[in-house]
Amino acid sequence: MSEFLASLGRRALGILATLGHATALFVDLVRNCPQSLRRPYLTTAQVHAIGNRSLIIIAASGATVGLVLALQGYITLSRYGAAESLGLLVALALVREMGPVVTALLYAGRAGTSLTAEIGLMKAGEQLAAMEMMAVDPRVRVLAPRFLAGIISMPLLGAIFSAVGVLAAYVVGVLMIGIDSGAFWSQMQDGVDVVKDIGNGVVKTIVFGIASTFIALYIGYESEATPEGVAQATTQTVVVSSLSVLSLDFILTALMFSTP
Amino acid sequence: MSKKQIETLVGLFVLLGILAIVLLALKAANLASFSFNATYPLLARFDNVGGLKVSAPVKSAGVKVGRIASITFDNKTFQGVVTMDIEREYQFPTDTSAKILTAGLLGDQYVGLEPGAEDKNLQPGDSIKMVQSAVVLENLIGQFLYNKAAEPPTKEGSAQK
Repeated sequence: MSEFLASLGRRALGILATLGHATALFVDLVRNCPQSLRRPYLTTAQVHAIGNRSLIIIAASGATVGLVLALQGYITLSRYGAAESLGLLVALALVREMGPVVTALLYAGRAGTSLTAEIGLMKAGEQLAAMEMMAVDPRVRVLAPRFLAGIISMPLLGAIFSAVGVLAAYVVGVLMIGIDSGAFWSQMQDGVDVVKDIGNGVVKTIVFGIASTFIALYIGYESEATPEGVAQATTQTVVVSSLSVLSLDFILTALMFSTP
Repeated sequence: MSKKQIETLVGLFVLLGILAIVLLALKAANLASFSFNATYPLLARFDNVGGLKVSAPVKSAGVKVGRIASITFDNKTFQGVVTMDIEREYQFPTDTSAKILTAGLLGDQYVGLEPGAEDKNLQPGDSIKMVQSAVVLENLIGQFLYNKAAEPPTKEGSAQK
């Protein structure tokens, strides 16, 4: 019995310690961001690694999601004689939910894992320790630029995802199925609000960018300095960031869109 | 890859992202149709504004000439005061009438203006005198039932009974 209580206590303390470490690192990163901006090239190079290299998978997924949404939406909408609302359906679904969430999930898989693996290997190869020896703070030099790059890249990737998806829906709806082009766009413009829908969508992508980049960096930074440790950390990054993106999305949707 | 090349590629990426946001704002949302034209306010007092909402369109002859700016309740006359922002290029005579209409059978409500024949135009801040309130379906049905009950039963009606 006392063994069970002790293990329970150990686990609870472990969770608390992890939360504490994560919060401390987060505050540290935010505080270090201005300092790392003095060398903007560090951030630019990371935007290239995180953003530019994710562009193809994001655009391709956006196009596919737009195509499929348009095809499936048309089947249901045409039953009620509202096929012209297809543009509105696809645009709202993409801008409010699918764009931010699917982008964040792809981002966690494409960019988050590479961040974790890179930092985990740097730690395993004692590069971070070597930096500290040279009085270079690895948090300023390595972590903060990646954090900033993630926050910059995510909203842009999310917007590209939604825009490509809307264009793909146009291809299916107007060019293939033959919905009137004017009705397609005007219904969309009537129902999509710049601040309420597009603005909130951008806010979502920024929040997801902060969350998944930070989780990737934290898990990499705290990973065990062994090959198995890095492998485990990479897996953990995908699991933890996907789950936190999904739960954050529920909270944000409840806050933003609970009133019609 | 050289530093310059990477910076150019990142610049392209950022530009693409901003273009995507602009495309969404202009093409998918209604930012382009926001009119920044100067407007002037007109007031109208309705006994019942129904389901009218702020920023609903104000139309004359079916053409949009402005938007609803605010809807308030006047505690002295117990009426709904609707303030409309009319675009400056459209002027209406003083005997214009305002109606709360519905777009289609189940559509949103809007205000329709019907111009009269006076020579003088409404000035900014003026009230529209002739108004027609929103049609409330429950009242309409209630009235219909009341009238039906008040009618003396006809011969065929009694024969059927």
